Amino acid sequence: MVPSATSHSTPLTSRPRMGQLTRYFGLLGVLVAMCALFGVLSEHFLTMASFSTIANQIPALAVMAVGMTFVLIIGGIDLSVGSVLAFSGAVMSVAIVQWELGLFPGIILALATGILCGAFTGAISVSFKIPSFIVSLGMLEMARGGAYSATGSRTEYIGGNISMINDPLIGKISPAFLLAVAIVVLGHILLNRTVFGRHLIGIGTNEEAMRLAGINTHPPKIVVFMLMGLLSAIGALFQVARMEAADPNAGAGMELSVIAAVVIGGTSLMGGRGSVLASFFGVLIIAVLESGLAQIGASEPTKRIITGIVIITAVVLDMYRSRRANRE
Amino acid sequence: MTVQPHSLLRLRGIGKTYVAPVLQDVDLEFHEGEVLGLAGENGAGKSTLSRIVGGLLAATSGTMEFLGDGYKPANRREAEHLGVRMVLQELSLVSTLSIAENLFLDALPRRFGLLDRQTLHERARPLMARVGLDGLDPGVPVGQLGIGQQQMVEIARGLIGQCRLLILDEPSAMLTDRETELLFAQINQLRDQGVSLVYISHRLDEIKRLADRIAILRDGRLVEVRAASEMQVDDIVRAMVGREVGNALDLADRSIGGPILEVRNLSRGHAVRDVSFSLRQGEILGFAGLVGSGRTELMRLLFGADHRDSGEVLLEGLPFNPRSPRQAVQAGIAMITEDRKEQGLLLPLAISTNVTLANLASVSTAGWIDQSAEVSVAGRLIDELKVRCRGGRQAVKELSGGNQQKVVLARWLYRDCEVLLLDEPTRGIDIGARYEIYGLLAALSRRGKSLIVISSDLRELMLLCDRISVMSAGRLVATFERGAWDQDAILTAAFSGHLQTTSQELA
Repeated sequence: MVPSATSHSTPLTSRPRMGQLTRYFGLLGVLVAMCALFGVLSEHFLTMASFSTIANQIPALAVMAVGMTFVLIIGGIDLSVGSVLAFSGAVMSVAIVQWELGLFPGIILALATGILCGAFTGAISVSFKIPSFIVSLGMLEMARGGAYSATGSRTEYIGGNISMINDPLIGKISPAFLLAVAIVVLGHILLNRTVFGRHLIGIGTNEEAMRLAGINTHPPKIVVFMLMGLLSAIGALFQVARMEAADPNAGAGMELSVIAAVVIGGTSLMGGRGSVLASFFGVLIIAVLESGLAQIGASEPTKRIITGIVIITAVVLDMYRSRRANRE
Repeated sequence: MTVQPHSLLRLRGIGKTYVAPVLQDVDLEFHEGEVLGLAGENGAGKSTLSRIVGGLLAATSGTMEFLGDGYKPANRREAEHLGVRMVLQELSLVSTLSIAENLFLDALPRRFGLLDRQTLHERARPLMARVGLDGLDPGVPVGQLGIGQQQMVEIARGLIGQCRLLILDEPSAMLTDRETELLFAQINQLRDQGVSLVYISHRLDEIKRLADRIAILRDGRLVEVRAASEMQVDDIVRAMVGREVGNALDLADRSIGGPILEVRNLSRGHAVRDVSFSLRQGEILGFAGLVGSGRTELMRLLFGADHRDSGEVLLEGLPFNPRSPRQAVQAGIAMITEDRKEQGLLLPLAISTNVTLANLASVSTAGWIDQSAEVSVAGRLIDELKVRCRGGRQAVKELSGGNQQKVVLARWLYRDCEVLLLDEPTRGIDIGARYEIYGLLAALSRRGKSLIVISSDLRELMLLCDRISVMSAGRLVATFERGAWDQDAILTAAFSGHLQTTSQELA
């Protein structure tokens, strides 16, 4: 007798995954509809030129959205990402231009700066049980101050040797875009296929239950903020390469674009639920919207009003969708 | 001599259908000056029935008559206008507002458009006195009260104005024994005033004690209405479950070994005072005591969730001082918490995720989860524990309480812990499923696992345990061997510590 062979087996067709798929299709549908709309409104929108512009603009936003997805999943938030970007960029430019350390040491120092900022936010928030909203608000000021003092409040020109990150590689696609896509894919796998990712989802869902299941919840939370810092520094790398300069005002207000992109992708601010891939769609939606509105000649105020409406609509639709899924 | 009871409300063929019928063809009378106990398993239709009577739901079939007139309340306000009031299971108080403000939330007295606090407090005081809250300031925010006191405020709100029929849905679930006594006194007083009361509870001994008549629902149908004096608790259980439930557990042919966990003079604050005991391998040791007697706190110390002030614990002969639950789990100790939704399960996540949580290492290599291994582990445990579900990927929140508890047990079964600390393992679980849990615990013990079971249900402990230890006011006051215990002795022990502290405080 083999009892297990005849017992009711677990179906492999999974409902959660179907839900995930319909979400991607929904976001893709919105994206296609927006492209079509702007294509009708502006004859220049559906051209290679405008798509390559978008592709070269989004890498920083895309990698930071990966980090922010993790942060929101553990029920946190990081408001300092724009400032950390500026600070890391400033450190890099100072290392290369003033200290003449060379390109790669400069990059390493920038990444280390980002990681340290994240480690600080994470460690303070976790060990003193202070909401990350508050700690990262403090970090937002500190890192911005750091960026100003490192650059002497002036834009620091680096020159052409860093622009290779952003120079077209294949056709008009830059290494920065490819690297960003690779990071999105890695982030997605990390969240869905690893013990670390499982722990993050569990912590965001019910941290006390995780603790009582014998899991130490503090280290993964701090690591998430470090990851966020690292990805902000990588964002800095992309931005500095594009401008060939480090601007101490870079990334001001960027935290809101990053959070908006992640939320449009359907990641919950309450923690426990989210998808890196969906956040990437959110980034694409925001980028298409911005560049499309610019192309049809919308004024700055109009652009901001419409972006705001899109963010709220996306969240309302997602709420409606998840409520309906809950009822079923 | 009994007087012919005066009928207040009469239900005829009441039914409620959503997609499937949840209540069918209920004929029931509510009498003035009588307590009607309403019993049934979860989902039997008790809450639906009381919501229909209270005007929160409309019946899809049948009629109701209130004092001979047709009764069909469109909403709760209409029902309350006739004096039909209900105290719901969930608290619906505004925690930042004061007691008095909560009591009169829909009719706050005003003077020149401003809140008239003096009148408000004057009106609140007599109401508070009726439920024994007269020692409190009516201006205290409800959020500062204990959960039991909040429940009493909720009940006081039900008593405002005319009250002819009062429905109490699980009113004692959050109360301490002292508060429960106060509630019972209040119920008896209302009954003497001619109010008709409906008492819904999972605690059958309370129903048996309070009710004049007992009505039992099963799968949406009324299966039994009889005078309480004609029914024993066992009869109620049989009617609720619809079959004989096994009373005997297969606890024979186990080998109970030497001590695996030895606790010496363990203390933490006032909650746990100088507790010593030992747990033998393969044994089921019960912990009885009142709510707040320190049992849960003791388990949290053993599990590393809290830290001891003093004392010593030996695990398999070696000193054991866990600094975190992680260390306890690594040492082979598991704790199943009383509140499985808040402290045990990841409700929106899959059964498989919940089952492998404490032992992810065994379904992963170098940090990568092997998803097919995970699904097959979950499938195996679902079969073994007979978890009723659609499959391993179903979200835990969609399961019934009993099946959720099986998922928690599956997690620790998979972790293969040697010592299991179970805090109220059958709380909120249907009687049928409860016996399945007992069977699982007995099976664990047969496999040589050592179990500590905390329960407020003495029958449960007497059924399951080899020994029962009793805690009172933080101290372990007595331990009884199987065969040498009786209910009265255990209860006396459970109260003993409280009597001492009171007399000490008085002295």
